[in-house]
Amino acid sequence: MNAVTLTLSGETLSARASGALHWPAQSVLCVSDLHLGRSERIAREGGHIIPPYENTDTLQRLDDEIQALEPAMVICLGDSFDDLAATKSLTEIEVAWITRLQAGREWIWVEGNHDPAPLNLGGTHRETLHLGPLTFRHIAQSETQGEISGHYHPKVTIPTPSRSVTRACFLYDETRLIMPAFGTYTGGMRVSQPPLSSMFSKNAQVVLTGKSARRFDLHR
Amino acid sequence: MNHLPPQIADWFAAKGWSPHPHQLDMMAGKDLPAQLLIAPTGGGKTLAGFLPTLAEMTEPHQGLHTLYISPLKALAADIRRNLQAPIDEIGLQIRVEDRTGDTSATKKKRQRADPPHILLTTPESLALLLSYEDAQHIFKGLQRVIVDEIHALAESKRGDQLFLGLSRLQTLCPNLRRVGLSATVDDPQAIAWLLAKNPDRCPILHADPGPKPFIQMLSTEAAPPWSGGGAKYAIEAVLEQVRAHKTTLIFHNTRAQAEIFFHNLWLLNHDSLPIGIHHGSLSREQRERVEAAMVNGDLRAIVCTGSLDLGIDWGDVDLVIQIGAPKNVKRLVQRIGRANHRYNAPSRAILVPANRFEVVECIAALDAVKDNDLDGDPRGPGPLDVLCQHILIRACSGPFRADDLYDEVKTCGAYIDLTREDFDRCLDFTATGGYALRAYDQWKRLVNRDGLWHLRDPRSAQRIRMNIGTIQDRDLLKVRLRGRGRPLGEVEESFAAGLSQGDTFLIGGQIVAYEGLREMTVEVSRNAAKKPKIAVFGGTKFATSAKLSHRILRMLQQKSWPDLPAHTAAWLRLQREVSQLPQPDRLLVETFPYEGNQHLCVYGFAGKNAQQTLGLLLTKRMEEAGLHPLGFVSTDYATLIWGLDPVRDPAPLFDPDTLKDGLDGWLAGNAVMKRTFRASATIAGLIERNLPAKRKTGRQATFSSDILYDTLQKYDPDHLMLDITHREAMKGLVDFNRIEEMLTRINGRIDHAKLERVSPLAAPMFLEIGKVPIRGSAEEALLDRYEDAALEEAGIT
Repeated sequence: MNAVTLTLSGETLSARASGALHWPAQSVLCVSDLHLGRSERIAREGGHIIPPYENTDTLQRLDDEIQALEPAMVICLGDSFDDLAATKSLTEIEVAWITRLQAGREWIWVEGNHDPAPLNLGGTHRETLHLGPLTFRHIAQSETQGEISGHYHPKVTIPTPSRSVTRACFLYDETRLIMPAFGTYTGGMRVSQPPLSSMFSKNAQVVLTGKSARRFDLHR
Repeated sequence: MNHLPPQIADWFAAKGWSPHPHQLDMMAGKDLPAQLLIAPTGGGKTLAGFLPTLAEMTEPHQGLHTLYISPLKALAADIRRNLQAPIDEIGLQIRVEDRTGDTSATKKKRQRADPPHILLTTPESLALLLSYEDAQHIFKGLQRVIVDEIHALAESKRGDQLFLGLSRLQTLCPNLRRVGLSATVDDPQAIAWLLAKNPDRCPILHADPGPKPFIQMLSTEAAPPWSGGGAKYAIEAVLEQVRAHKTTLIFHNTRAQAEIFFHNLWLLNHDSLPIGIHHGSLSREQRERVEAAMVNGDLRAIVCTGSLDLGIDWGDVDLVIQIGAPKNVKRLVQRIGRANHRYNAPSRAILVPANRFEVVECIAALDAVKDNDLDGDPRGPGPLDVLCQHILIRACSGPFRADDLYDEVKTCGAYIDLTREDFDRCLDFTATGGYALRAYDQWKRLVNRDGLWHLRDPRSAQRIRMNIGTIQDRDLLKVRLRGRGRPLGEVEESFAAGLSQGDTFLIGGQIVAYEGLREMTVEVSRNAAKKPKIAVFGGTKFATSAKLSHRILRMLQQKSWPDLPAHTAAWLRLQREVSQLPQPDRLLVETFPYEGNQHLCVYGFAGKNAQQTLGLLLTKRMEEAGLHPLGFVSTDYATLIWGLDPVRDPAPLFDPDTLKDGLDGWLAGNAVMKRTFRASATIAGLIERNLPAKRKTGRQATFSSDILYDTLQKYDPDHLMLDITHREAMKGLVDFNRIEEMLTRINGRIDHAKLERVSPLAAPMFLEIGKVPIRGSAEEALLDRYEDAALEEAGIT
């Protein structure tokens, strides 16, 4: 199972095992919380020097999805970079890579809390993006319909009888969807933890990512 | 001629004491560069260590004279009290102070400017002192260092860090003399070799070991259960023993077991004997209260775990009860030796087996004590993760030359064979991260200017200092009563994550209900429930030593067991009846279903490391065969594997020709490696435990060390940290060739017992901690089945 199909505000979306969201009708591919440049930021702030391979890994997985789906538009749903300075730390190879991915398609950087101001790469910057009945923004708002956001990096634990399984997940109900983080160096917040736990209706569902995409009722 | 200055000789005389021979030996050798004293507790060991200091301090001395290092803070405070009395009575002008994590910042600052004559501290506090730029000033004049309980330190990375610290100290104070104080151990030479500066000699002094301890196994009317670790059946009998003695310590192998036992004990403690609980997951305040009550003689008994082993003065303890099998004879003897400080009376101890297999283990342990057959494992060369931390600490104290540091490190016994190549890799790792892809040259941690290594940013010293130490905390969350904010203790994060509101668990002897998680604190309320959901926060569980497991295998060969209690002999007969008893040179494999999973138990009696290795090999074969293994756990005598599908014919799994195919990839992806990586990466400074100030980062901002491990595996497989991880993990495994040899020896003589239920011998395996999950195809299969069940429930199929 590579993807699970779901409906939000009447639109058919595909939540993929990779953690990317595909909207076939509009040929849109959406990924959230790439956190590129995290190892550079940590090193710069005088911390530890962790393996500097997360950009390569994240871009490669994004590249694979773009090749598979050939979207007309790519939306990066905020926190694409760990901070603004991290955008400058990209190597020439990484900048060329992103440029190549951008070629021949529309590319939207939605601003996140880690990277609020415009950055020095191609593509368009938006605080919020409205497309048909759907709204793309980084952090979920309280009153909303058809909103797709990121920021929280939801993860869920499925209590199977033999052992519980924890995975990053999409979390959605009738009004909104929260994306898992796509970046390699990211952790997660349990869907049972506030504020995530109080944002969704009793009909909320999760789609697990990882080896395969699978849907479960959140409140089973 | 006994080398004692007249004041001290007079003091002994005034007390009506005469110095022990080993105390005089220590005085006679006081000018040697290193001495190791092996003595039982109560043998005047500490005084022996300090006598030369007291003697030298009869002359005036400027600054620090003696540094005393013990594994526990509480011990440092205790020694200060115990040392003050002779100092005052002899009339010496000596300032004694302790310095630990609990010492106030003001006092610490003053100690650096104006050090006392005798400073009592821990390995971590010493490392911190050595990281200061004024280390030279602090240690000026230092003559002697005393390492107490050195046998305990020598077993862990805390010891490696300490001995590296001593090598630094020796450079600062070339005339430094070293003294080690140790309990009885099987190989004193190995400890002497760690203690002394290479190539100095280190004579070993032996004190009179005193009378042998008197140890019995508790016999009760009620038979212990087949399985289970609570020893609930024995509570009445234990209470009777507590009544008959002054102060009793009741030891458990795990914290969870201590909690459950304490809870059950109080349900039956009708005459309300004052009994407390003490273990490492309780808050410091609570532990200190119990320690103080014990010192005051207010308690008749303490239910405890290994955290009390070295914690406090055991002066008035006249009975030690060990619940559950003593997994390690050496530890048992040391524990018992600490009770009863009267040098010439034997210490008393009672073993209480929690289940019938433990009866067998207890009997084997008693035989081993009788034969003085102490066990111990060689430690191997000094670990490189500790060396990486040492290099960072050295850099904090000021610029250094790589050649000088390399020479200094090689004076440590554990690092005597350190190659220059390994040293340079460690240095490169601390300086740049050591990656094949040289990223962020501008953010190096260390830079080389004119042949001297410096911190790039002097402010990073603070962060390095905050992360000094080698003790691995698991991810622990504080537990507090809601509203009142009183900390009760700590539980593991994974345990807390599994709690739902209203779930009850035991902590600090009381039942509490989970209310919620607030900023990384578990909030609970008191709850009067009778039966709690059990807290499975980890504890120290000792591996059974290999020697002990051989004794057990020999016992199992007997035709009958007249030495065992009737119930246990009957239990072994039952095992023989429903399955078989394991035999040397044959391999017994049992398979049975239990609680929805399929199990396979292999009785190799090959020692924990080999059984663990076998677990890895077999799960790999099972994964290949599509049997969906979920995990395994190993003891010294067996490996238990569980999975989704039954093993119908185990023999092909053990085929030596294919056993190792594809093993490297399997091993690299295993949880054993990831756990090891996390520990080593934290020590080496790749992952930070503590961050300065409270940085407001959301929970989602932190990510698991497994991700770093996987990334390194993928992009930088030759990286130093992976090399270290592999070396460290292999200490808990054996060479795979040895398993092949074992299988060749067995030569296909595999006895497969296909059972309907758990066998008597397999039952205790379910209690073992240290389970290794297998993250292979089983997780997907589990989710498949869970999905199917959900659909079925909804009536869709």
